[in-house]
Amino acid sequence: MNTLTSLLLAGALAASLGGPAHAQRSDPENPDANATWQQLRTTMFQARTIDTAADTIISLEAPERAQDAAIVPISIRTHVEQRPERFIERVYLMIDNNPSPVGAIFHFTPASGRADIETRVRVDAYTHVRAIAEMNTGELYMTTRFVKASGGCSAPPGKDMTAAMASLGKMRFRVEGEVEPGKPALAQLMISHPNNSGLVMDQLTRMYTPAHFVRRIQVSYAGQPVLSADVDFSISENPNFRFYFVPTGEGELKAEVIDTNALRFETAVEVDAGS
Amino acid sequence: MRSAASRLRCSLAAFALAWAGLCSASPDIEPLPVEEIAPGVHVHVGHQATWPGAQGDERAGDIANLGFVVGERCVAVIDTGGSPQLGQRLLAAVRRVSTRPVCYVINTHVHPDHTLGNAAFAALAPAPRFVGHARLKASLAARAPFYREALARDLGLATDDADIVYPDLEVADTLTLELGGRSLHLRAWPTAHTDNDLSVLDDASATLFAGDLLFVAHLPVIDGRLLGWLEVMDALARLDAARVVPGHGAPVADWSPALEAQRRYLSGVRDGIRSAIAAGRTITEAVEALANTGVDGWLLTEDFHRRNLTAAYAELEWED
Ligand SMILES: [Zn+2]
Repeated sequence: MNTLTSLLLAGALAASLGGPAHAQRSDPENPDANATWQQLRTTMFQARTIDTAADTIISLEAPERAQDAAIVPISIRTHVEQRPERFIERVYLMIDNNPSPVGAIFHFTPASGRADIETRVRVDAYTHVRAIAEMNTGELYMTTRFVKASGGCSAPPGKDMTAAMASLGKMRFRVEGEVEPGKPALAQLMISHPNNSGLVMDQLTRMYTPAHFVRRIQVSYAGQPVLSADVDFSISENPNFRFYFVPTGEGELKAEVIDTNALRFETAVEVDAGS
Repeated sequence: MRSAASRLRCSLAAFALAWAGLCSASPDIEPLPVEEIAPGVHVHVGHQATWPGAQGDERAGDIANLGFVVGERCVAVIDTGGSPQLGQRLLAAVRRVSTRPVCYVINTHVHPDHTLGNAAFAALAPAPRFVGHARLKASLAARAPFYREALARDLGLATDDADIVYPDLEVADTLTLELGGRSLHLRAWPTAHTDNDLSVLDDASATLFAGDLLFVAHLPVIDGRLLGWLEVMDALARLDAARVVPGHGAPVADWSPALEAQRRYLSGVRDGIRSAIAAGRTITEAVEALANTGVDGWLLTEDFHRRNLTAAYAELEWED
Protein backbone atom coordinates (compact mmCIF):
# COMPACT_ATOMS: atom_id res chain seq x y z
CA MET A 1 0.00 0.00 0.00
CA ASN A 2 1.54 3.29 -1.03
CA THR A 3 0.94 6.71 0.43
CA LEU A 4 -1.64 7.54 -2.20
CA THR A 5 -3.68 4.53 -1.21
CA SER A 6 -3.67 5.52 2.40
CA LEU A 7 -4.61 9.04 1.41
CA LEU A 8 -7.79 7.67 -0.11
CA LEU A 9 -8.83 6.16 3.16
CA ALA A 10 -7.67 9.07 5.29
CA GLY A 11 -9.73 11.43 3.17
CA ALA A 12 -12.75 9.19 3.51
CA LEU A 13 -12.57 8.98 7.27
CA ALA A 14 -11.83 12.64 7.82
CA ALA A 15 -14.73 13.75 5.73
CA SER A 16 -17.19 11.17 6.97
CA LEU A 17 -17.70 12.56 10.42
CA GLY A 18 -20.60 14.74 9.43
CA GLY A 19 -22.24 12.29 7.02
CA PRO A 20 -23.76 13.85 3.93
CA ALA A 21 -25.00 16.81 5.93
CA HIS A 22 -21.44 18.12 6.12
CA ALA A 23 -21.62 18.88 2.41
CA GLN A 24 -20.28 22.30 1.82
CA ARG A 25 -21.65 24.61 -0.79
CA SER A 26 -19.65 24.75 -3.98
CA ASP A 27 -19.66 27.68 -6.33
CA PRO A 28 -20.10 26.24 -9.83
CA GLU A 29 -18.11 29.14 -11.28
CA ASN A 30 -15.21 28.87 -8.88
CA PRO A 31 -13.81 25.35 -8.57
CA ASP A 32 -10.69 26.58 -6.76
CA ALA A 33 -12.64 27.93 -3.80
CA ASN A 34 -13.80 24.59 -2.38
CA ALA A 35 -12.17 23.99 1.02
CA THR A 36 -11.92 20.21 0.60
CA TRP A 37 -10.16 20.69 -2.69
CA GLN A 38 -7.75 23.23 -1.22
CA GLN A 39 -6.88 20.80 1.54
CA LEU A 40 -6.45 17.89 -0.87
CA ARG A 41 -4.38 19.99 -3.19
CA THR A 42 -1.95 20.81 -0.40
CA THR A 43 -1.79 17.24 0.90
CA MET A 44 -1.40 15.54 -2.44
CA PHE A 45 0.36 18.01 -4.69
CA GLN A 46 1.95 20.48 -2.29
CA ALA A 47 3.06 23.61 -4.12
CA ARG A 48 3.29 21.99 -7.55
CA THR A 49 1.75 23.86 -10.46
CA ILE A 50 -1.52 22.41 -11.77
CA ASP A 51 -2.25 23.55 -15.29
CA THR A 52 -5.99 24.07 -15.79
CA ALA A 53 -5.67 24.96 -19.47
CA ALA A 54 -5.59 21.22 -20.00
CA ASP A 55 -7.76 20.61 -23.06
CA THR A 56 -4.93 19.21 -25.11
CA ILE A 57 -4.07 16.68 -22.40
CA ILE A 58 -7.24 15.59 -20.62
CA SER A 59 -10.98 16.10 -20.81
CA LEU A 60 -13.85 14.99 -18.63
CA GLU A 61 -17.43 14.16 -19.55
CA ALA A 62 -20.03 14.06 -16.80
CA PRO A 63 -23.74 14.88 -16.85
CA GLU A 64 -24.57 18.39 -15.69
CA ARG A 65 -27.38 16.93 -13.63
CA ALA A 66 -26.99 13.44 -12.25
CA GLN A 67 -30.07 11.46 -13.24
CA ASP A 68 -29.41 8.76 -10.74
CA ALA A 69 -27.01 10.01 -8.08
CA ALA A 70 -25.97 6.41 -7.43
CA ILE A 71 -24.85 5.90 -11.04
CA VAL A 72 -23.21 8.96 -12.54
CA PRO A 73 -21.28 8.04 -15.69
CA ILE A 74 -17.85 9.62 -15.85
CA SER A 75 -15.71 9.54 -18.96
CA ILE A 76 -12.12 10.73 -18.83
CA ARG A 77 -10.44 11.12 -22.22
CA THR A 78 -6.79 11.82 -22.69
CA HIS A 79 -5.08 13.24 -25.74
CA VAL A 80 -1.53 12.07 -25.22
CA GLU A 81 0.02 9.08 -26.89
CA GLN A 82 1.45 6.81 -24.19
CA ARG A 83 5.13 6.75 -25.26
CA PRO A 84 7.85 5.47 -22.92
CA GLU A 85 9.52 8.90 -22.90
CA ARG A 86 6.31 10.82 -22.18
CA PHE A 87 3.05 9.36 -20.92
CA ILE A 88 0.30 9.92 -18.40
CA GLU A 89 1.29 7.95 -15.37
CA ARG A 90 -1.68 8.70 -13.11
CA VAL A 91 -5.17 10.04 -13.39
CA TYR A 92 -6.87 11.25 -10.20
CA LEU A 93 -10.65 11.34 -10.07
CA MET A 94 -11.95 13.63 -7.34
CA ILE A 95 -15.45 14.51 -6.18
CA ASP A 96 -15.11 17.48 -3.84
CA ASN A 97 -18.26 17.11 -1.79
CA ASN A 98 -18.38 13.34 -1.43
CA PRO A 99 -17.63 11.84 1.98
CA SER A 100 -14.49 10.47 0.37
CA PRO A 101 -13.42 13.08 -2.17
CA VAL A 102 -10.60 11.08 -3.77
CA GLY A 103 -12.70 8.62 -5.71
CA ALA A 104 -9.94 6.87 -7.61
CA ILE A 105 -6.30 7.03 -8.59
CA PHE A 106 -5.63 5.24 -11.86
CA HIS A 107 -2.10 4.21 -12.80
CA PHE A 108 -1.18 3.79 -16.46
CA THR A 109 1.86 2.64 -18.41
CA PRO A 110 3.01 2.94 -22.01
CA ALA A 111 1.36 -0.48 -22.50
CA SER A 112 -2.00 1.13 -21.74
CA GLY A 113 -1.90 2.81 -25.14
CA ARG A 114 -4.27 5.50 -23.92
CA ALA A 115 -4.90 6.69 -20.37
CA ASP A 116 -8.65 6.97 -20.94
CA ILE A 117 -11.03 5.64 -18.34
CA GLU A 118 -14.79 5.38 -18.08
CA THR A 119 -16.53 4.51 -14.85
CA ARG A 120 -19.59 5.37 -12.76
CA VAL A 121 -19.58 7.18 -9.48
CA ARG A 122 -21.88 8.13 -6.64
CA VAL A 123 -22.45 11.82 -6.14
CA ASP A 124 -23.80 12.89 -2.76
CA ALA A 125 -24.24 16.60 -3.28
CA TYR A 126 -23.82 19.38 -5.81
CA THR A 127 -20.11 19.20 -6.47
CA HIS A 128 -17.18 19.73 -8.73
CA VAL A 129 -15.74 16.60 -10.24
CA ARG A 130 -12.06 16.78 -11.18
CA ALA A 131 -9.79 14.71 -13.39
CA ILE A 132 -6.09 15.38 -12.90
CA ALA A 133 -3.45 13.90 -15.19
CA GLU A 134 0.06 13.46 -13.86
CA MET A 135 2.75 12.94 -16.49
CA ASN A 136 5.66 10.58 -15.92
CA THR A 137 7.73 13.76 -16.09
CA GLY A 138 5.76 15.26 -13.22
CA GLU A 139 3.55 17.92 -14.81
CA LEU A 140 -0.06 18.11 -13.60
CA TYR A 141 -3.11 18.99 -15.70
CA MET A 142 -6.61 19.37 -14.34
CA THR A 143 -10.07 19.57 -15.87
CA THR A 144 -13.25 20.18 -13.88
CA ARG A 145 -17.01 19.71 -14.28
CA PHE A 146 -19.83 20.77 -11.99
CA VAL A 147 -22.41 18.03 -11.33
CA LYS A 148 -25.78 18.44 -9.64
CA ALA A 149 -27.02 15.35 -7.87
CA SER A 150 -30.77 15.00 -8.08
CA GLY A 151 -32.64 14.48 -4.87
CA GLY A 152 -33.47 11.99 -2.17
CA CYS A 153 -35.07 9.19 -4.15
CA SER A 154 -31.71 8.65 -5.80
CA ALA A 155 -29.80 8.42 -2.56
CA PRO A 156 -26.55 6.56 -3.06
CA PRO A 157 -27.19 3.29 -1.16
CA GLY A 158 -27.95 0.29 -3.30
CA LYS A 159 -31.28 -0.56 -4.82
CA ASP A 160 -31.33 -4.16 -3.66
CA MET A 161 -28.93 -4.85 -0.84
CA THR A 162 -29.71 -8.55 -0.44
CA ALA A 163 -29.20 -9.26 -4.13
CA ALA A 164 -25.96 -7.28 -4.15
CA MET A 165 -24.47 -9.47 -1.42
CA ALA A 166 -25.66 -12.65 -3.10
CA SER A 167 -23.80 -11.97 -6.35
CA LEU A 168 -20.67 -10.47 -4.79
CA GLY A 169 -17.50 -11.19 -6.70
CA LYS A 170 -19.08 -12.16 -9.99
CA MET A 171 -17.18 -10.50 -12.83
CA ARG A 172 -17.48 -9.85 -16.53
CA PHE A 173 -14.49 -8.99 -18.62
CA ARG A 174 -14.40 -8.44 -22.35
CA VAL A 175 -12.51 -6.76 -25.13
CA GLU A 176 -14.62 -4.67 -27.46
CA GLY A 177 -14.40 -4.38 -31.21
CA GLU A 178 -11.71 -5.60 -33.59
CA VAL A 179 -8.31 -6.19 -32.04
CA GLU A 180 -5.21 -5.25 -34.02
CA PRO A 181 -1.63 -5.67 -32.85
CA GLY A 182 -0.05 -2.42 -31.72
CA LYS A 183 -3.34 -0.53 -31.70
CA PRO A 184 -5.02 0.42 -28.38
CA ALA A 185 -7.99 -1.88 -27.75
CA LEU A 186 -10.93 -1.10 -25.47
CA ALA A 187 -11.69 -3.44 -22.58
CA GLN A 188 -14.53 -3.46 -20.08
CA LEU A 189 -14.35 -4.89 -16.57
CA MET A 190 -17.56 -5.32 -14.57
CA ILE A 191 -17.42 -6.36 -10.92
CA SER A 192 -20.51 -7.38 -8.98
CA HIS A 193 -19.93 -5.80 -5.58
CA PRO A 194 -22.15 -3.69 -3.26
CA ASN A 195 -19.23 -1.30 -2.77
CA ASN A 196 -20.66 -0.31 0.57
CA SER A 197 -19.30 2.80 2.21
CA GLY A 198 -20.41 1.76 5.69
CA LEU A 199 -20.62 5.46 6.49
CA VAL A 200 -24.31 6.03 6.17
CA MET A 201 -25.76 3.61 8.66
CA ASP A 202 -24.38 4.80 11.97
CA GLN A 203 -27.64 6.21 13.33
CA LEU A 204 -29.03 2.75 13.91
CA THR A 205 -26.04 1.09 15.45
CA ARG A 206 -27.58 -2.34 15.46
CA MET A 207 -28.02 -2.01 11.70
CA TYR A 208 -24.54 -0.82 11.00
CA THR A 209 -22.99 -2.49 8.00
CA PRO A 210 -19.23 -2.25 7.96
CA ALA A 211 -17.57 -0.63 4.99
CA HIS A 212 -16.99 -3.18 2.29
CA PHE A 213 -15.79 -1.94 -1.04
CA VAL A 214 -13.42 -2.64 -3.88
CA ARG A 215 -10.05 -1.24 -2.93
CA ARG A 216 -7.66 -2.12 -5.71
CA ILE A 217 -7.75 -3.30 -9.30
CA GLN A 218 -4.78 -4.58 -11.27
CA VAL A 219 -4.93 -5.39 -14.94
CA SER A 220 -2.11 -6.92 -16.92
CA TYR A 221 -1.74 -8.00 -20.51
CA ALA A 222 0.76 -10.74 -21.35
CA GLY A 223 2.23 -10.23 -17.90
CA GLN A 224 2.74 -6.47 -18.34
CA PRO A 225 0.76 -4.03 -16.18
CA VAL A 226 -1.66 -1.90 -18.23
CA LEU A 227 -3.87 -0.44 -15.53
CA SER A 228 -3.97 -0.42 -11.78
CA ALA A 229 -6.32 1.58 -9.66
CA ASP A 230 -6.80 2.52 -6.03
CA VAL A 231 -10.51 3.09 -5.70
CA ASP A 232 -13.13 3.51 -3.02
CA PHE A 233 -16.84 3.70 -2.37
CA SER A 234 -17.33 6.83 -4.47
CA ILE A 235 -17.31 4.29 -7.28
CA SER A 236 -20.87 3.02 -7.86
CA GLU A 237 -22.18 -0.34 -6.74
CA ASN A 238 -21.05 -3.00 -9.24
CA PRO A 239 -17.88 -1.13 -10.25
CA ASN A 240 -17.54 -0.82 -13.99
CA PHE A 241 -14.41 0.29 -15.87
CA ARG A 242 -13.65 0.79 -19.55
CA PHE A 243 -10.01 1.30 -20.44
CA TYR A 244 -7.39 0.62 -23.11
CA PHE A 245 -4.45 -1.70 -23.54
CA VAL A 246 -2.16 -2.42 -26.48
CA PRO A 247 -2.38 -6.01 -27.72
CA THR A 248 0.76 -7.32 -29.36
CA GLY A 249 -0.26 -10.77 -30.46
CA GLU A 250 -1.60 -13.59 -28.33
CA GLY A 251 -1.79 -12.91 -24.64
CA GLU A 252 -3.93 -13.05 -21.60
CA LEU A 253 -5.67 -9.93 -20.33
CA LYS A 254 -5.97 -10.53 -16.63
CA ALA A 255 -7.73 -8.59 -13.88
CA GLU A 256 -7.29 -8.94 -10.14
CA VAL A 257 -9.64 -7.22 -7.74
CA ILE A 258 -9.12 -6.83 -4.01
CA ASP A 259 -11.71 -5.50 -1.60
CA THR A 260 -11.53 -4.09 1.93
CA ASN A 261 -12.26 -7.52 3.43
CA ALA A 262 -9.16 -8.79 1.63
CA LEU A 263 -11.36 -10.83 -0.69
CA ARG A 264 -9.59 -11.38 -3.97
CA PHE A 265 -11.29 -11.94 -7.30
CA GLU A 266 -9.64 -12.80 -10.60
CA THR A 267 -10.76 -13.00 -14.16
CA ALA A 268 -9.00 -13.23 -17.49
CA VAL A 269 -9.74 -13.14 -21.17
CA GLU A 270 -7.60 -14.53 -23.99
CA VAL A 271 -6.73 -11.92 -26.57
CA ASP A 272 -5.61 -12.91 -30.04
CA ALA A 273 -4.58 -9.87 -31.98
CA GLY A 274 -3.39 -11.93 -34.92
CA SER A 275 0.03 -10.66 -36.03
CA MET B 1 -36.88 4.83 23.61
CA ARG B 2 -39.79 6.24 21.75
CA SER B 3 -41.52 7.63 24.80
CA ALA B 4 -38.26 9.29 25.83
CA ALA B 5 -38.09 10.88 22.43
CA SER B 6 -41.63 12.11 22.63
CA ARG B 7 -41.12 13.53 26.10
CA LEU B 8 -38.17 15.45 24.77
CA ARG B 9 -40.36 16.65 21.94
CA CYS B 10 -42.98 17.92 24.33
CA SER B 11 -40.50 19.96 26.25
CA LEU B 12 -39.17 21.43 23.04
CA ALA B 13 -42.57 22.11 21.62
CA ALA B 14 -42.94 25.33 23.50
CA PHE B 15 -39.94 26.70 21.64
CA ALA B 16 -40.50 25.32 18.20
CA LEU B 17 -43.66 26.37 16.45
CA ALA B 18 -43.21 23.59 13.94
CA TRP B 19 -43.56 20.96 16.62
CA ALA B 20 -46.59 22.45 18.27
CA GLY B 21 -49.40 19.97 18.64
CA LEU B 22 -47.23 16.90 19.00
CA CYS B 23 -48.23 16.44 22.61
CA SER B 24 -51.94 16.97 22.18
CA ALA B 25 -54.34 17.67 19.37
CA SER B 26 -53.73 21.24 18.34
CA PRO B 27 -56.15 23.54 16.59
CA ASP B 28 -53.18 25.28 14.90
CA ILE B 29 -52.45 22.41 12.54
CA GLU B 30 -54.38 22.42 9.31
CA PRO B 31 -55.63 18.90 8.62
CA LEU B 32 -54.65 17.48 5.23
CA PRO B 33 -57.64 17.32 2.91
CA VAL B 34 -58.85 13.73 2.64
CA GLU B 35 -61.64 12.02 0.81
CA GLU B 36 -63.61 8.99 1.99
CA ILE B 37 -63.35 6.79 -1.11
CA ALA B 38 -65.12 3.83 0.54
CA PRO B 39 -66.76 3.49 3.98
CA GLY B 40 -64.00 4.07 6.53
CA VAL B 41 -61.29 4.42 3.88
CA HIS B 42 -59.85 7.94 3.69
CA VAL B 43 -57.27 9.09 1.15
CA HIS B 44 -55.23 12.22 0.74
CA VAL B 45 -54.12 12.56 -2.88
CA GLY B 46 -50.66 14.12 -3.15
CA HIS B 47 -49.56 16.63 -5.76
CA GLN B 48 -47.88 15.55 -8.97
CA ALA B 49 -44.47 16.96 -8.12
CA THR B 50 -41.05 15.84 -6.96
CA TRP B 51 -39.86 15.45 -3.39
CA PRO B 52 -38.87 17.50 -1.45
CA GLY B 53 -39.86 20.50 -3.57
CA ALA B 54 -39.08 24.09 -2.72
CA GLN B 55 -39.39 26.07 0.46
CA GLY B 56 -42.60 28.11 0.54
CA ASP B 57 -44.30 25.95 -2.08
CA GLU B 58 -47.50 24.55 -0.55
CA ARG B 59 -46.86 21.28 -2.37
CA ALA B 60 -43.47 20.77 -0.69
CA GLY B 61 -43.18 17.22 0.58
CA ASP B 62 -46.87 16.61 -0.18
CA ILE B 63 -46.61 14.41 -3.24
CA ALA B 64 -47.55 10.86 -2.24
CA ASN B 65 -51.00 9.47 -1.60
CA LEU B 66 -51.62 8.90 2.10
CA GLY B 67 -54.51 7.09 3.69
CA PHE B 68 -56.13 5.71 6.79
CA VAL B 69 -58.65 3.00 7.44
CA VAL B 70 -61.03 3.26 10.40
CA GLY B 71 -62.06 0.04 12.12
CA GLU B 72 -64.41 -0.46 15.10
CA ARG B 73 -61.44 -0.84 17.41
CA CYS B 74 -58.77 1.41 15.95
CA VAL B 75 -57.30 3.22 12.96
CA ALA B 76 -54.48 2.16 10.62
CA VAL B 77 -52.52 4.81 8.76
CA ILE B 78 -50.95 3.95 5.42
CA ASP B 79 -47.97 6.19 4.57
CA THR B 80 -47.37 9.41 6.42
CA GLY B 81 -46.08 12.12 4.05
CA GLY B 82 -42.83 13.73 3.05
CA SER B 83 -41.98 15.64 6.23
CA PRO B 84 -42.70 15.48 9.97
CA GLN B 85 -45.02 18.45 9.48
CA LEU B 86 -47.10 16.62 6.89
CA GLY B 87 -47.34 13.71 9.30
CA GLN B 88 -48.88 16.06 11.82
CA ARG B 89 -51.35 17.36 9.27
CA LEU B 90 -52.30 13.77 8.45
CA LEU B 91 -52.75 13.04 12.14
CA ALA B 92 -55.00 16.09 12.37
CA ALA B 93 -57.03 14.71 9.46
CA VAL B 94 -57.36 11.37 11.29
CA ARG B 95 -58.49 13.14 14.46
CA ARG B 96 -61.14 15.07 12.58
CA VAL B 97 -62.67 11.77 11.41
CA SER B 98 -62.18 9.50 14.42
CA THR B 99 -61.20 9.56 18.08
CA ARG B 100 -60.23 5.86 18.05
CA PRO B 101 -56.58 5.13 18.72
CA VAL B 102 -54.14 4.79 15.85
CA CYS B 103 -52.93 1.21 16.32
CA TYR B 104 -50.84 0.76 13.17
CA VAL B 105 -48.76 3.01 10.94
CA ILE B 106 -47.87 1.14 7.76
CA ASN B 107 -45.18 2.28 5.32
CA THR B 108 -45.57 0.92 1.81
CA HIS B 109 -41.83 1.46 1.19
CA VAL B 110 -38.81 3.51 2.14
CA HIS B 111 -39.22 6.62 -0.01
CA PRO B 112 -39.25 9.87 1.93
CA ASP B 113 -42.60 11.09 0.65
CA HIS B 114 -44.13 7.98 2.27
CA THR B 115 -42.17 7.69 5.53
CA LEU B 116 -41.03 11.05 6.89
CA GLY B 117 -44.34 11.84 8.58
CA ASN B 118 -43.96 8.82 10.88
CA ALA B 119 -42.63 10.89 13.78
CA ALA B 120 -45.97 12.61 14.28
CA PHE B 121 -47.50 9.23 15.14
CA ALA B 122 -44.57 8.01 17.24
CA ALA B 123 -45.44 10.72 19.74
CA LEU B 124 -48.94 9.31 20.36
CA ALA B 125 -49.79 7.53 23.59
CA PRO B 126 -50.28 4.66 23.37
CA ALA B 127 -47.81 4.47 20.50
CA PRO B 128 -48.95 2.60 17.39
CA ARG B 129 -47.00 -0.30 15.90
CA PHE B 130 -44.96 0.75 12.88
CA VAL B 131 -45.31 -1.82 10.15
CA GLY B 132 -43.08 -2.32 7.13
CA HIS B 133 -41.44 -4.79 4.79
CA ALA B 134 -38.70 -6.88 6.41
CA ARG B 135 -36.11 -4.95 4.37
CA LEU B 136 -37.51 -1.49 5.11
CA LYS B 137 -35.43 -0.88 8.22
CA ALA B 138 -32.08 -1.43 6.52
CA SER B 139 -33.03 0.65 3.54
CA LEU B 140 -34.36 3.53 5.63
CA ALA B 141 -31.28 3.47 7.86
CA ALA B 142 -29.06 3.77 4.81
CA ARG B 143 -31.04 6.56 3.21
CA ALA B 144 -32.23 8.62 6.16
CA PRO B 145 -29.14 10.87 6.29
CA PHE B 146 -29.74 11.84 2.66
CA TYR B 147 -33.42 12.47 3.26
CA ARG B 148 -32.64 14.68 6.22
CA GLU B 149 -30.01 16.57 4.26
CA ALA B 150 -32.55 17.21 1.48
CA LEU B 151 -35.15 18.49 3.97
CA ALA B 152 -32.60 20.88 5.42
CA ARG B 153 -31.20 22.02 2.08
CA ASP B 154 -34.40 22.41 0.09
CA LEU B 155 -37.09 23.08 2.71
CA GLY B 156 -35.05 24.58 5.52
CA LEU B 157 -36.38 21.90 7.89
CA ALA B 158 -34.09 20.76 10.67
CA THR B 159 -34.69 17.20 11.83
CA ASP B 160 -33.09 14.91 14.35
CA ASP B 161 -32.62 11.15 14.70
CA ALA B 162 -36.04 10.77 16.37
CA ASP B 163 -37.74 12.06 13.23
CA ILE B 164 -36.83 8.86 11.43
CA VAL B 165 -39.13 6.16 12.75
CA TYR B 166 -38.34 2.57 11.88
CA PRO B 167 -40.75 -0.38 11.68
CA ASP B 168 -41.17 -2.46 14.83
CA LEU B 169 -43.44 -4.98 13.14
CA GLU B 170 -41.84 -6.47 10.04
CA VAL B 171 -43.52 -8.32 7.21
CA ALA B 172 -41.44 -10.95 5.43
CA ASP B 173 -44.30 -12.52 3.51
CA THR B 174 -47.88 -11.71 4.57
CA LEU B 175 -49.52 -10.35 7.68
CA THR B 176 -53.12 -9.65 8.68
CA LEU B 177 -53.94 -6.73 10.97
CA GLU B 178 -57.32 -6.64 12.76
CA LEU B 179 -58.88 -3.21 13.15
CA GLY B 180 -62.21 -4.43 14.57
CA GLY B 181 -64.83 -5.43 12.03
CA ARG B 182 -62.34 -5.28 9.22
CA SER B 183 -58.83 -6.54 8.55
CA LEU B 184 -55.93 -5.41 6.46
CA HIS B 185 -53.98 -7.98 4.49
CA LEU B 186 -50.38 -6.93 4.04
CA ARG B 187 -48.08 -8.49 1.51
CA ALA B 188 -44.32 -8.03 1.17
CA TRP B 189 -43.11 -8.25 -2.42
CA PRO B 190 -39.83 -9.28 -4.02
CA THR B 191 -37.72 -6.35 -5.28
CA ALA B 192 -39.78 -4.21 -7.67
CA HIS B 193 -40.20 -0.41 -7.31
CA THR B 194 -37.82 -0.76 -4.33
CA ASP B 195 -36.49 -3.74 -2.39
CA ASN B 196 -39.09 -3.17 0.33
CA ASP B 197 -42.53 -2.77 -1.30
CA LEU B 198 -45.55 -3.68 0.80
CA SER B 199 -49.18 -3.66 -0.36
CA VAL B 200 -52.24 -3.30 1.87
CA LEU B 201 -55.65 -4.75 1.05
CA ASP B 202 -58.65 -3.72 3.17
CA ASP B 203 -61.01 -6.70 3.15
CA ALA B 204 -64.15 -4.77 4.10
CA SER B 205 -64.04 -2.43 1.10
CA ALA B 206 -61.73 -4.42 -1.20
CA THR B 207 -59.51 -1.35 -1.46
CA LEU B 208 -55.89 -2.02 -2.38
CA PHE B 209 -53.20 0.42 -1.30
CA ALA B 210 -50.58 -0.45 -3.88
CA GLY B 211 -47.92 2.02 -2.72
CA ASP B 212 -45.54 2.84 -5.55
CA LEU B 213 -46.02 -0.56 -7.15
CA LEU B 214 -48.55 1.42 -9.18
CA PHE B 215 -48.08 4.95 -10.50
CA VAL B 216 -50.93 6.81 -12.16
CA ALA B 217 -50.00 9.77 -14.41
CA HIS B 218 -46.71 10.28 -12.48
CA LEU B 219 -43.97 8.50 -14.46
CA PRO B 220 -43.08 5.21 -12.71
CA VAL B 221 -39.70 5.42 -10.97
CA ILE B 222 -37.33 2.45 -10.90
CA ASP B 223 -35.44 2.26 -7.63
CA GLY B 224 -35.39 -1.51 -7.23
CA ARG B 225 -35.40 -3.97 -10.09
CA LEU B 226 -37.13 -3.39 -13.41
CA LEU B 227 -37.55 -7.06 -14.30
CA GLY B 228 -38.74 -7.82 -10.77
CA TRP B 229 -41.32 -5.06 -10.97
CA LEU B 230 -42.76 -6.40 -14.23
CA GLU B 231 -43.16 -9.80 -12.56
CA VAL B 232 -44.71 -8.32 -9.44
CA MET B 233 -47.23 -6.46 -11.60
CA ASP B 234 -48.48 -9.77 -12.96
CA ALA B 235 -49.14 -10.99 -9.43
CA LEU B 236 -50.64 -7.66 -8.40
CA ALA B 237 -53.10 -7.85 -11.28
CA ARG B 238 -54.49 -11.09 -9.84
CA LEU B 239 -55.44 -9.49 -6.51
CA ASP B 240 -59.16 -9.12 -6.03
CA ALA B 241 -59.59 -5.38 -5.48
CA ALA B 242 -62.60 -3.20 -6.20
CA ARG B 243 -60.46 -0.06 -6.25
CA VAL B 244 -56.81 0.80 -6.01
CA VAL B 245 -54.99 3.66 -4.35
CA PRO B 246 -51.73 4.11 -6.28
CA GLY B 247 -48.69 5.65 -4.63
CA HIS B 248 -49.11 8.68 -6.86
CA GLY B 249 -52.08 9.84 -8.92
CA ALA B 250 -55.83 9.48 -8.50
CA PRO B 251 -57.34 6.36 -6.94
CA VAL B 252 -59.00 4.19 -9.58
CA ALA B 253 -61.82 1.66 -9.56
CA ASP B 254 -61.06 0.14 -12.93
CA TRP B 255 -57.37 -0.26 -12.49
CA SER B 256 -56.32 -2.56 -15.32
CA PRO B 257 -55.74 0.34 -17.78
CA ALA B 258 -53.46 2.00 -15.21
CA LEU B 259 -51.53 -1.22 -14.77
CA GLU B 260 -51.37 -1.63 -18.52
CA ALA B 261 -49.99 1.89 -19.07
CA GLN B 262 -47.31 1.25 -16.49
CA ARG B 263 -46.47 -2.10 -18.04
CA ARG B 264 -46.16 -0.46 -21.47
CA TYR B 265 -43.74 2.15 -20.14
CA LEU B 266 -41.60 -0.25 -18.12
CA SER B 267 -41.39 -2.90 -20.82
CA GLY B 268 -40.51 -0.14 -23.31
CA VAL B 269 -37.59 0.89 -21.11
CA ARG B 270 -36.55 -2.75 -20.80
CA ASP B 271 -36.68 -3.41 -24.55
CA GLY B 272 -34.98 -0.13 -25.48
CA ILE B 273 -32.12 -0.68 -23.06
CA ARG B 274 -31.70 -4.33 -24.06
CA SER B 275 -31.27 -3.34 -27.71
CA ALA B 276 -28.88 -0.51 -26.83
CA ILE B 277 -26.71 -2.91 -24.83
CA ALA B 278 -26.82 -5.46 -27.65
CA ALA B 279 -25.73 -2.70 -30.05
CA GLY B 280 -22.71 -1.97 -27.85
CA ARG B 281 -23.85 1.46 -26.66
CA THR B 282 -22.40 2.80 -23.42
CA ILE B 283 -24.69 3.84 -20.59
CA THR B 284 -24.42 7.51 -21.60
CA GLU B 285 -25.12 6.77 -25.27
CA ALA B 286 -28.06 4.54 -24.43
CA VAL B 287 -29.66 7.16 -22.18
CA GLU B 288 -29.24 9.85 -24.83
CA ALA B 289 -30.65 7.64 -27.58
CA LEU B 290 -33.79 6.76 -25.58
CA ALA B 291 -34.30 10.07 -23.77
CA ASN B 292 -37.47 10.96 -25.69
CA THR B 293 -39.08 7.59 -26.24
CA GLY B 294 -41.98 6.00 -24.44
CA VAL B 295 -42.89 8.98 -22.27
CA ASP B 296 -46.04 10.27 -23.99
CA GLY B 297 -48.91 10.83 -21.60
CA TRP B 298 -46.79 10.75 -18.43
CA LEU B 299 -46.00 13.58 -16.03
CA LEU B 300 -42.56 14.39 -14.55
CA THR B 301 -40.73 12.71 -17.40
CA GLU B 302 -37.92 15.29 -17.27
CA ASP B 303 -37.29 14.32 -13.68
CA PHE B 304 -37.39 10.56 -13.97
CA HIS B 305 -37.13 9.10 -17.45
CA ARG B 306 -33.36 9.39 -17.89
CA ARG B 307 -32.89 8.21 -14.37
CA ASN B 308 -34.97 5.12 -15.13
CA LEU B 309 -32.95 4.44 -18.26
CA THR B 310 -29.73 4.72 -16.27
CA ALA B 311 -30.96 2.34 -13.58
CA ALA B 312 -32.32 -0.10 -16.17
CA TYR B 313 -28.99 -0.15 -18.00
CA ALA B 314 -27.07 -0.90 -14.80
CA GLU B 315 -29.47 -3.76 -14.11
CA LEU B 316 -29.77 -5.24 -17.59
CA GLU B 317 -26.07 -5.18 -18.52
CA TRP B 318 -25.72 -8.12 -16.13
CA GLU B 319 -28.30 -10.20 -18.00
CA ASP B 320 -26.99 -13.36 -19.62
ZN1 LIG C 1 -41.53 5.43 -4.15
